[in-house]
Formats: sequence, structure tokens, C-alpha cells
Amino acid sequence: MFDALSDRLERIGASLRSRGRLSDADLDQALSDVRVALLEADVELSVVRAFIEALRVRLAGQSLSQSLSPGQQVIKAVHEQLIDVLGGSALKVTYASRPPTVIVLAGLQGAGKTTTAAKLAAWFKQQGRQPYLVAADLQRPAAVEQLRVLGGQIGVDVFSEPSSPVEVARRGVAEAARIGRDVVIIDTAGRLAIDQALMDEVRAISDATSPHYTFLVIDAVTGQDAVLTARAFHEVLELSGIIVTKLDYDARGGAVLSARGVVGRPIVFASTGEKVGDFDLFHPDRMASRILGMGDALSLIEQAERTMDPEIVAASAGRMMDGSFTLDDFLAQLNQVRKMGSLGGLMRLMPGVTKEMRTAAANVDDRELNKIEAIIRSMTPRERREPVIIDGSRRSRIAAGSGTTVNAVNQLLKQFGEMRKMMRQMGGANPSLPPQMGKLAALAARRGGDELPPGFEALGAGMRSAPVSAGPKGKKKKGGRVTPPKQR
Amino acid sequence: MIASVFVLASIVIVALLVVALVVVGLVRRRRGPAPVAPMAPLPDLLVTEIAERPVLDEEPTLGSRLGASRGVFDRVRSIAGTGALTGEQLEVVEEVLLRSDVGVSTTEVVLAVLRRDGAPDGVAATVRRILRESLVDERHVAVDAEPGRVAVWLFVGVNGVGKTTTIGKLAHREIGAGRKVVLAAGDTFRAAAAEQLTTWAERTGADVVRAGEGADPGSVIHDALGRASARGADLVLADTAGRRANSTNLLDELAKVRRVADRAPGQVLETFMVLDATTGQNALAQAREFLAAASVTGIVLTKLDGTARGGIVVAIERELSIPVKFVGVGEGVADLIPFDPDEFVDSLIRA
Repeated sequence: MFDALSDRLERIGASLRSRGRLSDADLDQALSDVRVALLEADVELSVVRAFIEALRVRLAGQSLSQSLSPGQQVIKAVHEQLIDVLGGSALKVTYASRPPTVIVLAGLQGAGKTTTAAKLAAWFKQQGRQPYLVAADLQRPAAVEQLRVLGGQIGVDVFSEPSSPVEVARRGVAEAARIGRDVVIIDTAGRLAIDQALMDEVRAISDATSPHYTFLVIDAVTGQDAVLTARAFHEVLELSGIIVTKLDYDARGGAVLSARGVVGRPIVFASTGEKVGDFDLFHPDRMASRILGMGDALSLIEQAERTMDPEIVAASAGRMMDGSFTLDDFLAQLNQVRKMGSLGGLMRLMPGVTKEMRTAAANVDDRELNKIEAIIRSMTPRERREPVIIDGSRRSRIAAGSGTTVNAVNQLLKQFGEMRKMMRQMGGANPSLPPQMGKLAALAARRGGDELPPGFEALGAGMRSAPVSAGPKGKKKKGGRVTPPKQR
Repeated sequence: MIASVFVLASIVIVALLVVALVVVGLVRRRRGPAPVAPMAPLPDLLVTEIAERPVLDEEPTLGSRLGASRGVFDRVRSIAGTGALTGEQLEVVEEVLLRSDVGVSTTEVVLAVLRRDGAPDGVAATVRRILRESLVDERHVAVDAEPGRVAVWLFVGVNGVGKTTTIGKLAHREIGAGRKVVLAAGDTFRAAAAEQLTTWAERTGADVVRAGEGADPGSVIHDALGRASARGADLVLADTAGRRANSTNLLDELAKVRRVADRAPGQVLETFMVLDATTGQNALAQAREFLAAASVTGIVLTKLDGTARGGIVVAIERELSIPVKFVGVGEGVADLIPFDPDEFVDSLIRA
């Protein structure tokens, strides 16, 4: 769509370092770039303006940092300001002393209220609560049915009756109190913000049930209209927070910033996928990165943490750094990567990747990966460790064994050679990471610096102890004996 | 092919390994964290007042909006049509377009033309003309299949844009035009989507074919085609599961559904991407993906009765040449009407 803002800003005058502070011209250029990026991210114009002015104040007085280029410094300031704006005062859910805690969900049609209601219920359930769902959306055909099905999936009861929305809500709350549920989530009918009748209805529901929390459900792909929606609902309902949905789309989600800017209430939850579990507390820092187009490296890193097998990755990572990466390692890591998701999806999350690469990765067919796997699996263990020994006759054998061509085998070996060359540069005495890896590394470090995620103690140990010619990796035990770090 | 796939895979692998290494602190960052003084936090409320969206009306109004301080000379010039625009006028145009979700790049195009050619007929008329010219000319809706085949309209789009409702309304429309319509409940993912479509079938008098949740959408459409040809129906309206446009697997599945629908006796005449008028710049990305996966032939712009203007379709028509064919303007069954480009452009620049 457009160059990631972070990349664009980095290109701003690298020659300015010695001058000590950003010139007015540079500042204007930078702010204009930020403005376009925010607009491209669907941040509302008034919010963009306010944001740019605040940013100008923030940057104007700042002296240039020694360790950051001017562009990077601007990025950092934008990033921080975004986090400020998005984070603000976080909402901490407290429970009513006299249960049930009543939550009303409001929002436009199609924002995902019904699905959100179920996801929220599942979240409360996970917190050890006993949620209860009330289907007060009698407007959309089958909305009640949808909530029932979802409720069934997550094991939460759903209350509804064919009376009136207000009546359903009132009796739903009473029923919850009667059967001892401590959280009630009321799904209301979707509405167009301008629709007075439906606004009155949600107001009536709110009056009848005096909710402890009223959340606005807003769709991350909303455009300039987001502020009007947020304000209209806030005027009628006194929102306590915002829930953003469809953050899994590759929208930059500026709507979230707009809504936040206008109602001044925190964004509480974010929904990031179609499954009930794809729902969690909102992370301002990630949203900021996303709006900046910095890739969503944090999500990538998290995904890696969730799915990868620390031992397998550790052994290979060690060999990557000392230049003894083998085709076995490649195969093992390919499987790790495939567990994480499609190449296209992963590439999309990586910062600093060109559009061409993203497109190419998005078009990779799984069968191509199978072919690569077949070729490597058709090699003997020794060939995988020492590809140099693969001569003409071995190539023909491998091609035949994998059902591919000698040409394909040649290409694979050639590219593997290149990959190793790159790895040697990274791991040598003077390590240099390729630019996109550098960014990823910086982000990973920023995140993982202090606390190791679970399972990573073993990873660290495994990596330091990875012997050069490791045998089958399965032998090493997690948390097993640790040999002293290899000297380099 | 092998080579490029291998390179891509190796990039991801190296990235994974770098992450692993950094997380355990084996690779040091090239630059240390910059010690930057903490900033005063921003107030919770970033914006207390949302600027009114300006209106590009006929020139006197524009002139008065721009303030009394502006010289009579400028105003006269813009009306008289020597053409050159002031910075302020350009800003108003920019604001009008951006607030309509037309997008930065389309806005830039309009501004560039204004800067180059001025506004010989006045600002509003010129902007209207430029926008109108960037829309496609052809928006025919194909409904007559080859003899012996059944016309299929396939509906695609992300979640929550109103696909199912759109199908209901179009069923009403086509039945009103004397056609026999079968609805195919191809959204087997969303809980109760088939339920919703069945309700619409009852309301409109269409026939509906559905299967259980999680069934293969292709088979539902196949069955619907069977039913349609057995009963001599003219048109199958096929629903699909709403999907994010950046999921390769789901898009592949959609491509497959389209192939099934296009197999005799079916003939896919239209693939409509249903788009919510409140959608911002992501709509362009959606359109690109769905065009590639399902050869979208037209857009149905829904929820245009809200405050959103749906300006992003200008960018979609300009860049991808996918015409908008219908717009949804209300919740009633008859509130789906053919797209009128002149009216639409008018609504973008007016209040």
C-alpha cells in the first residue's frame, strides 16, 4: 500500500547528525510524512491534526540523540506518542460487590458485537468467573441464534426470549442473579449511529440494567467515520471503554486511535482472529507499531514463542552463528516455521521486508515447500551435513528420489550455499545483521531483554551448548546438562 | 520456483533464529537504547472538538466559508474561472476528500489536477468532474446465463459487511423482476448464517439450500445448482463465509468455491464484493485480494445511509477498475438500489 512510515522517516537526512537538532525544514518534512501515514491508517483528520501538533511540540525542543539517526528519533517519538495516546489510563475490570457485574456491548452493525460478546464471556470464564450471555439483539435475523451457537461452543448459557430488547436485558440480569452468575454480558442490536430509534433502545437497555461497564465495539477497518460513531455512542451511553475487533486484518487500525482520541476512554480488549480464543487485553505498543507500519514483529515474536520448540530452534541457532548450519537444520526449522503459519502470513509480520518479497511469499504454494522437503529428505545424512560432496550422480539420485529435477536440486544447493554465506557474516567475529533482521532483533531485544518467556531458559542453555556436529536433536533433554559456552 | 521459495523460506527461518537468539541475548543490538528524557503524558482526550466536515458547494458558499478576510479579488477569480486556486481552497478540497475516506493518493491526484489546470468551472464543479472521470464507465449487471445454464451471483467480503443481508435484498429485487431465485447458504463458518439466510428466503419467497455448520461450502453451492436446474430457477445467489482478505487459505477456498459455482450447469456471471461504507483504506487491500482470488466483477456498497460516505470506492474504481453496482441505503428489503455515479460524487463533496 505505501512505504512503511518507519522506513520513510529513516531516510530523512542522515547527514544532519552533527547539527545537534532537527532543522525546521526536516521537522516539517517528517511531520508531513507522519500525517500521510496516519491518514493512510484511517486516523480521523481532527485527531491527526491534534496528534501532529502535539508531536511538533514534543520534537521541537528535543536535542538529537547520539545513538539514533534523526529519522529514528522521529520514529521513536511517534511511537511513544502513539503509545501514550492509545494507552492512557488503562481500565482495570473490577467486579461488583453485589453480583452480577453487568456489561453492555454497543456498536455499529457488523462491528462484531455478537462474536465479541461470546469472546468476552470466554475471557471471563478463563478468569474464573461465571459469565452469562443475554441476547438482546432482536433486530438482526438470527443474531440470537448466533449467540446461542457461540454460547454452546464456549459452554456459557445464553438468555433470550421473544419479548422486547429492554425486557430481555432486564430479565436476563435478574435471571443471572437468580442462578448465581457473576458477570452478565448483554449483546445489543447493531445500529447506524444516526438511527435515533435504535440509539434510544440501547439507552433504554442501559437505563434498565444500570451496567457497570459499557463497551463500544469498533471495527479496526473503519475509516474517518469512527470518531462520529464513538462520539455518538459516548454521548448517549457514557462509555467505559472500547473493544476493537478485526485487528487480524492487515488494516493499520487508525480507527482505534480516532475513537480513543475522541472519547478519551481506554481501549480495553482487542480481537485478533475468528476463533473464540483470539481475544485478549489490548496492547498499545503493538497497535503503535502497526500504525507506524513497523510490521507486527511483536506478534511474530510471540507466535514464535508459542509454537516453536525451544530445543530444536536452539541447536540450529547455535549452528547458524558458528557457521555449521546443515540441511538437517534447515529441514527442522522449516517445520518449525510451517507450524507457525504460512510464509506469506509470517512475512507480512516481519519489519523491513519489501513489498515484492511479501507478495512473493503470499503466493508460495505449500506444495513448493513439500518439494523442498522431499529433496532434502532424499539426501543421505552425510549429504545433508556436507552438501559439498553432492556430485553429479548424487544429484541425479536425489532428483529421482524426490520426484523433482536435477535443476531443482542444483537451485536448492546453490541457495543453501548463499544462505550459509549470509549466516557466516552474521556469526563472524564482526557480526552484522542484514537490515531487516537488525530491526527484528532490536524489537525482540526491546521485548525479551528483561524477562525470558517460559521455555527459553532451556533455549539459552541449549544454544550455548550446541555442539558443532550435533547428532539427532531429539536426544537432548530440556533443562538437561549444560556444557560451558563455546569459545569464539 | 524452487530457488525463490527456498530463499523466502530461508529468510523466515533466519528471522526465527535471530528472534530466538536475541530473546536469549546472544546477539547484541547494533545500537543501544537511546536515553531520551521522558515526556509529559498527553491528556486523555486528544480531541475535544471534531472539525466540521467542509462542503464543496457552489462558489459563493465556498468563498464565504473561507472567511470574510479573503479578498473579493480571489473570489471573483474563482467564479470567473481564470482557474488558479489558492492554498486555502486546495486545503478545503483536501479536507473534504480525506474526510470522505477517498484516501491520500486519490486526493493527491485530484489536487494535482487542480493545481495544474485550475478550476475553470469553479472548484466544486471541477472536483466533481475529476472524481467523475476517475470512475469507470461500465456497470452493467449480468443476469442472463447461456441457454441451459443457471446464472450464479457469488458474494464475497470480509466479516460483518452485510453479505447475507445484501443477498436477501437482491433476492427480493430479482424475484420482483420475475426471476426464480435459489439462495445457497455457503457461509458454513459463522454460527447461524444459514439461519439468517433462511429467514431472508422466507421473507422474499426464494428457495434456500443449506447444510450443517462446517460443511464444505463448495458442496452447498453444488447442491444449490442441482436444485436450481431441477426446478428451472434462473438465478442462484451464493453466500460465502466472511473472511479476512489476508488469509491465503481462506482465499484459496474461495477460489475453489468460485470454480465449483462456474461448473455446468452453473455459470458465474457476477462476483460481488460486499463492502461496508464505513470501511477506510483497508478496503483497497480487500478489493485487491478478492479480485485476485475470485475475479470480483462488482462492488455492493452497504450502509451508505449512515454518516460514512464510502469514498474509498473512488480509489477502488480508479486503481482496480472494479465498478460499484449496487448501494445499500437502509434496512428495508427494498433499500438496495443501483449505483448512480453522479449522485455518489455529489454526495462526496456536499453536506
